[in-house]
Amino acid sequence: MKVLVAVKRVIDYNVKVRVKPDNSDVDLNNVKMAMNPFCEIAVEEAVRLKEKGVATEIVVVSIGPKVAQEQIRTSLALGADRGILIETDEKLESLTVAKLLKAVVEKEQPQLVVLGKQSIDSDNNQTGQMLGALTGLPQGTFASEVVVDGDKVNVTREVDAGLRTVGLSLPAIVTTDLRLNEPRYASLPNIMKAKRKPLEVVSPADLGVEIKSTQTVVKVTPPAERSAGIKVADVAELVEKLKNEAKVL
Amino acid sequence: MTILVIAEHDNAALNAATLNVVAAAKQIGGDIEVLVAGEACGAVADAAAKIEGVSKVVVADNAAYKYQIAESMGDLVAELGAGYSHILAAATTTGKDFMPRTAALLDVNMISDIVAVESADTFVRPIYAGNAIATVQSSDSVKVITVRGTGFDPVAAEGGSAAVEATAIVKESAISAFISEELAKSDRPDLAAAEIVISGGRGMGNGENFEILYKVADKIGAAVGASRAAVDAGFVPNDMQVGQTGKIVAPSLYIAVGISGAIQHLAGMKESKVIVAINKDEEAPIFQVADYGLVADLFDAVPELEKLL
Repeated sequence: MKVLVAVKRVIDYNVKVRVKPDNSDVDLNNVKMAMNPFCEIAVEEAVRLKEKGVATEIVVVSIGPKVAQEQIRTSLALGADRGILIETDEKLESLTVAKLLKAVVEKEQPQLVVLGKQSIDSDNNQTGQMLGALTGLPQGTFASEVVVDGDKVNVTREVDAGLRTVGLSLPAIVTTDLRLNEPRYASLPNIMKAKRKPLEVVSPADLGVEIKSTQTVVKVTPPAERSAGIKVADVAELVEKLKNEAKVL
Repeated sequence: MTILVIAEHDNAALNAATLNVVAAAKQIGGDIEVLVAGEACGAVADAAAKIEGVSKVVVADNAAYKYQIAESMGDLVAELGAGYSHILAAATTTGKDFMPRTAALLDVNMISDIVAVESADTFVRPIYAGNAIATVQSSDSVKVITVRGTGFDPVAAEGGSAAVEATAIVKESAISAFISEELAKSDRPDLAAAEIVISGGRGMGNGENFEILYKVADKIGAAVGASRAAVDAGFVPNDMQVGQTGKIVAPSLYIAVGISGAIQHLAGMKESKVIVAINKDEEAPIFQVADYGLVADLFDAVPELEKLL
């Protein structure tokens, strides 16, 4: 079966985010960018499905500027077969992203679509679910285990109260949580090989999707700083402070 | 303006997170109605009718909603919610699961995880794991929103007397089904609602050692959490994780034990009123946000803490 994986280029998760002095946005100039960590887990899951003989082809799609090809190449080096970049320099909202992905799903007809549950920049946690609604496909969000069984997939989901397993008929959508797998690193020979794998570039207009924005960012500010308090000498002093100074015990 | 709040519940009892969502709705302003979708959920509807400030409760009582699976809930809320100005749900794993489906079906964008209301169309939400705070204005006809509970003080659970009416809308899902559930059983308070939380990190060493945290927790009525490092190492189950991708907590007192303080963890607890850090590494970043820091071996300090409480 064919698996479609969506990946996003975001700020590297190790980078300390800074807000621009004019409070218009965060400052991404000269900042290290990388594949969203949840998307890495999505690619890894697809590659494992291929290694198990469940998946036959892995198509990776990304939406973003030309440089987002880097993240597609990384996915190809990890084991994906071909890539699609929907190239745009505009900042897209989740609904538009889901509409673009819907167009790709209609064209590629994958049996499984795997996405990260959220991107670590906007922290929205929306795209996979929106894609599910637009395509009429079922979803297994926040997955910690994915088991394909014939024309069904069982997805174990990380929920607030523990774990919940849902059974979905294929085609289906899965969004990954942190414990689904541990992504591998790309080997040098595979990085070289990835350069020769096909990567198609299309525009949103090619897919018949109009970019529409309904949200305006009024301002972006740094969070209220918490300043370090005091060091206590021992447990007795800690308990005394909590009782008499902070009055929380 | 009429706001639809989707109740969070388990068919037997109303989850307290709903009270924080109603509080957010109150700040937006207008009539507040609550949808209770479930099976045999009459007790939940009765509880919702008593919430302060609620004018009407709509009950969708059908087997299709027993597990509140996203496909059914997304369809139901989109059909029922189309005429409302705002649709609000808690930013729990249930709300996060179906609300984006509802938004897409209504052809609108969604605003996730709001922590403050500026006006009826402008909301505040953390981005980049809470390292930046965005104020976002929406021009969508229906505002679909999930609410982070820690941003809003709950309204009173009693005092209202809303009318309860049933809806006949049934949205069965032919493409997805509930299979099984492994729920954490605990007599301790719920992490998200607890007044005191004590959390362990990688420094705990193993799962058995969490026993010393449970002892403290039981003495002071605290909930027990964990950092992602402790969950990933297999010490404790995922439902205990506090952080960017786990639970967001803001108790009166948060005690971090053997937790270094990665930004992803801080994102889940830095709104706590008082933070205590116990760590033997005095350079650990957790001390930069702690009101009271104790540089000590946790295996000496925690049992001593239990004795002194």
